[in-house]
Amino acid sequence: MDHIYESYDIAVIGAGHAGCEAALASARLGLETIVFIVSTDSIAMMPCNPNVGGTSKGHLVREVDALGGEMGKNIDRTFIQSKMLNVSKGPAVHSLRAQADKQEYSRSMRHVLENTEHLTIRQAEVTDILTENGHVTGVRTYSGGVYPCKAAVICTGTYLNARCVYGDTYNYTGPNGLPAANHLTECLKNLGIEIYRFKTGTPARIDKRTIDFSKMEEQFGDPELVPFSFENTAESIAKPQVSCWLTYTNERTHEIIRQNIDRSPLYSGNIKGTGPRYCPSIEDKVMKFPEKTRHQVFIEPEGNYTNEMYISGMSSSLPEDVQVQMYRTVAGLENAKIVRPAYAIEYDCLNPAQLKPSLEIKNISGLFSAGQMNGSSGYEEAAAQGIMAGINAARFVKGLEPVILSRSQAYIGVLIDDLCTKETHEPYRMMTSRAEYRLILRQDNADLRLSAIGHEIGLISDERYEKVLQKKKQIEDEIVRLKSHMIGGRADVQAFLEERQSAPLKTAVSLAELIVRPELGYDAVKDLDPDRQPLSRDVIEQVETELKYEGYIERQTRQIEVFKKTENRRIPEDIDYDAVPSLRIEARQKLKAIRPENIGRASRISGVSPADISVLLIYLSK
Amino acid sequence: MRNKDTICAIATGVTNAGISIIRISGENAFSIADKLYVSKKPGKTLSSQKSHTMHYGYIVKNGETIDEVLVSIMKKPNSYTAEDVVEINCHGGVIVTRQVLDAVISAGARLAEPGEFTKRAFLNGRIDLSQAEAVIDIINAENTSAVKNSVGQLTGRLKNRIVSLRDRIMHDTAFIEAALDDPEHISLDGFSEELLKNTNEELKEIKSLIQSFSTGRVIKEGIKTVIVGKPNVGKSTLLNALSGTERAIVTDIPGTTRDTLEETVTIDGVTLRIVDTAGIRDTDDTVEKIGVDKALSETDSADLVLFVCDASRALDENDRRIIDIIKDKRSLVLLNKSDLQNVLSSDELEKETGISVFAVSALEETGIHEFTQKIKDMFSLGEIGNGEMTYITNARQRQLLSDAADSLEEVKKSIENEMPEDFFSIDMLDAYGALGRIIGEETDDDLADRIFKDFCMGK
Repeated sequence: MDHIYESYDIAVIGAGHAGCEAALASARLGLETIVFIVSTDSIAMMPCNPNVGGTSKGHLVREVDALGGEMGKNIDRTFIQSKMLNVSKGPAVHSLRAQADKQEYSRSMRHVLENTEHLTIRQAEVTDILTENGHVTGVRTYSGGVYPCKAAVICTGTYLNARCVYGDTYNYTGPNGLPAANHLTECLKNLGIEIYRFKTGTPARIDKRTIDFSKMEEQFGDPELVPFSFENTAESIAKPQVSCWLTYTNERTHEIIRQNIDRSPLYSGNIKGTGPRYCPSIEDKVMKFPEKTRHQVFIEPEGNYTNEMYISGMSSSLPEDVQVQMYRTVAGLENAKIVRPAYAIEYDCLNPAQLKPSLEIKNISGLFSAGQMNGSSGYEEAAAQGIMAGINAARFVKGLEPVILSRSQAYIGVLIDDLCTKETHEPYRMMTSRAEYRLILRQDNADLRLSAIGHEIGLISDERYEKVLQKKKQIEDEIVRLKSHMIGGRADVQAFLEERQSAPLKTAVSLAELIVRPELGYDAVKDLDPDRQPLSRDVIEQVETELKYEGYIERQTRQIEVFKKTENRRIPEDIDYDAVPSLRIEARQKLKAIRPENIGRASRISGVSPADISVLLIYLSK
Repeated sequence: MRNKDTICAIATGVTNAGISIIRISGENAFSIADKLYVSKKPGKTLSSQKSHTMHYGYIVKNGETIDEVLVSIMKKPNSYTAEDVVEINCHGGVIVTRQVLDAVISAGARLAEPGEFTKRAFLNGRIDLSQAEAVIDIINAENTSAVKNSVGQLTGRLKNRIVSLRDRIMHDTAFIEAALDDPEHISLDGFSEELLKNTNEELKEIKSLIQSFSTGRVIKEGIKTVIVGKPNVGKSTLLNALSGTERAIVTDIPGTTRDTLEETVTIDGVTLRIVDTAGIRDTDDTVEKIGVDKALSETDSADLVLFVCDASRALDENDRRIIDIIKDKRSLVLLNKSDLQNVLSSDELEKETGISVFAVSALEETGIHEFTQKIKDMFSLGEIGNGEMTYITNARQRQLLSDAADSLEEVKKSIENEMPEDFFSIDMLDAYGALGRIIGEETDDDLADRIFKDFCMGK
C-alpha cells in the first residue's frame, strides 16, 4: 500500500560519488533534499580501485572542489598515499592521484552528509519516478513510500538490474554483493527513456599476508604533498604514507588465460554489455596484445585497517579456479589467497543523448541524471556530474537558468558535452586528450577558472572567493612586473648567466625573458631580481607557467575565441528539423535526436557535416 | 565555422580571359591588399580611400612587381558579401592570376571554398530568399563534389602516401597521449629522438609532395616553351596559325623579367607558355644572330623548345648551331610549309636533327592536332580534364600540405627546445587535420580510438 511521506524539494536516488555531490550541492543551496540508498553503509563506497584522481580525473576533482564540492576535501581527509603524475611533462597534464583508505573515505563522506543541514538520508530502493504531464512530482520506494518532490536526480551507478559474473557464476547483485535495484529500469522505460546495457569489471582482492613483497618493487608516495582541495595546504593534510607495489604478469600467466579463454563469459558471449576499452580485463589485454610478454600489476592497499590488497591491472571475469591459478603465476603472488574474486558487472544506464547539457532528461521536466547512469565510468566523472546535476536541480526548483560549463571552461564541460553530444558506445572515461584546450584547463588553475562560478552559484563562500581574487591579482601583477623589469648586459649579469650555462645577453631583456629560458626559471633568477616580494608557491607556479608557455596559451586562447562564436549561435528549442531544406537524412535524424542548443554543439555531433551546419545557419538566419 | 576570416578567390574563373579579378572579402581585406598594393603616389593606401573607387597601381611581392593592376574597393556593408571587399583586376592569364592569388594568400587571406562568397552574402543578408535554394546547392557541393573532385585529382599513389603519413603521425600522437594518460604503464623515455627522426622523414615526404604538386601545376598551367628559328622563317605566322584556330585562346601578359613577354596559347587543352623573346617579334631590323642568341639563352629554363624551319629555305649554319644546342632538350621541329616551292622535306629534316618533325600549315591549319598530341605524350599529360577545377583544388591541396609542413616544423622546434611531450601532440594533430582535409576525411575521435587500438592501457 502506498503511503505518503513528507515532501521534499529534491530527491536524489543513490548516494555513490555522484549522489553524494548532488545531494550536498542541493542541500547546501538551501533546498530540502532527501537521498535514497540501498544501504547506508555503502555511502560513497569505492567498489573498484582504491584511489581518487589520476590523469585528467585529478582535474575533475579539482574542478569539483573549485565549484564547492566535497570529493577533494574528502580524499584529503582520507588518503593514505599521494602522488603527482606526469611531473616530467607539461603543466597541462600534471595529475594528482591519491590512494584512499576506502572505508575511511566512505565513513568520512557519510559523516558530512549526515551533518548537512536540509539533507535527509533514507535507506530504501526507489522503484518509480512519479510524473504528471511530463513533470516530476515524486518518487516511490519498494515498500510503497511516496515522497512528493519537485525534482529528482538519478544516481544509480551500476545497480540497475545489476548482474555480477565470473566464469559461469552469476550473482544478481550490485557490487560487493549489495542488492541490485531491479525495478527502476522498467519505470524509466515507461517514461520513454532509452536504456543501454554496459559492463565493467574489477580485479581480485588478495590477503596481504599471503603476498611476497620482496619480489616486487616498492612504490612510494611523493615526499611533498599537494592537496586536492584549494582550501587545504600541504601542512594541513600531512600524514605518514603507505606504499604500493609493482610486479608483472609473465608468459605462464598468459598461457593459463589463453588455455581457459573459452571459459571467460566475455568470450563465450554470456556477457552482452559493452565494456570500456581503457580498462580492459587481463584476458582482453593478453588476447589483444599477444606480442606483449608481460603486463604491469600494481598491488594497492585498500585501507589502513584491512589486509585486502587490490590487484590493479588484472581485472577479470574468468572462473574462480582459473583466477587462482592465474594470480599465482605472478611474481610475489605464488601463495596468494583470494579474499574476493574478480568479477565483471553488467548494469543498465541511459543513452546520454537524451540529456540536456544541464543533465536534465529532455522529455521529463525536473528529472536529472548523473554518474554511471549516464554512461560514464569512474568515481571522479560521477562526482563531476553529480555536483552539476545537484546544482541544476536546485536551480530548476528555484526557477533559475541552469549552469552549463563549456568545453573551454572546464573538463567537466568537456565530459558533459561529450556524453550528451557524441554517441557513447562504451563507458566513458575522461582523458586529457579529450580536452582540446587542455593547456588552459590545468588542474593547478581550476580555482582561478571556476571559483567565480562556484561563488555565484552559492557554494563558494565570500571569504574563499576573496582569497582567489587576491591570488589572481598577485599573479597578474607579478607577470606585469617581470615583463617590464629590464636587465642589461652588465658584467655581473653575464657572469651569472655563464655560471648557469645560459647564453649571454646581447641587448637588454626583461626578467620574464630570462625566466622562460629552460635552464633558468623563477627561482633561478632571484639574484637578478632585488625587488622581488615574497609570494606563495601557487602564485609562483602560475606565473612561471603563464610566462613559459605564453605562446601556446595565447594560441589556445585565440582558438577559444573562435569556439565561443559558434557556441553563442543559439538554435531555438522548438526548431523543426523537418522544415530545414537540404539537410542530409543522417544529419536530420541526429539533430532531431540530440536537439543541440547551439551551432557549436551541433557541429560536434558525428554524422553532421560542415555542409549541414551551413544549411542550418542559413535556415536560422531566415 | 570560419565565417570571420578573410577569404579570397579568382572571381572570374581561371580562364585565359583578358582580365581576371581576384576578390578578397572579410575583416582584413584592406590590410591584406595594402601589403601588396603599391601606388605611383608614395604612401597611398587602399584603406584610406573612399568606398566604390578604383585605383591604379602594382601588385608587388618581396620587391618584385607581379602585375600592373586596377583595384576597386567596396566598404562594408555596401558590397556583394556585405563585408569589406577588394577586387584586384589583373591582366588575366593563368600564371599572373595565380601569382597574384598566391601573394594574397601569403599576405593572410584564405582561399575561399566554392560558393563561399555567395554564402557570406546570404548569411549577411545581401541575397534574398529566392536565391537561397541555389546557395544551398552550392554549399552542399562543398562536401560532395568539391571533396570528391579534390580526391579525384589525387592518383591512388598520392592518396596512399597521404594516408600513410597521417597514419604515422596519428600513431605517434596516440603513443604520446597513451603515455600521458597512463604514465605508469607507458614511458616516453627516449621517444623524442625517435619522434624527431619520424618527423623529419614525414617533413621530407610532405615537401616532396609539395614539389610534385608544383611540377604538376606547371605542366597544367602551361609548358614554358621557347621558339627558336631565324627571323622570317615564319615564327609569327606559326604563332598566328596556332592562335588562329578556333580552339586556341591567346593572351599577352608581361613576363617576370622585363625584356620578355609570355604568350599563353591553349590548344586542345594543352597550354603553352610561349616565351616571346625580343627576337621573335623582330622580323626586320635585328641581325639574325642576335635574335637566335637571345632565343637560345632562354632554352635553358624552358620545358620545351620549338624549332621552326621554313620549308622553302635550305638549312644553313645558324640552323645547325640551333640543332646542336637543342638536341639534348625536349624539343620539336615545326616545318612551316610555304605556299612557295618547298626545298626541305620532313624526312630530310628528321634525319638531320634526330627530332620529330611536324609539318604545319598556317593557312590550312593542318598538323596542329598531331603536334599537340605529341606534346601530351611528351609530358605524359594524357587526357586533360577541366583545368579550372584542377587549379582550385591544387592550390588548396598545396596550401594544406604546407600547413601540415609548418605544423611539423613546430613539432621539431618543440622537440629541439626540449618542450614537454604534451606540446608535441598539439601540432601533430594540426598536421594530421590538414592532411585529412586533403583527402576529405574527418578527424573526430580518431585519437581516442587509436589510443585504445594501438596501445595496451593499464588498470
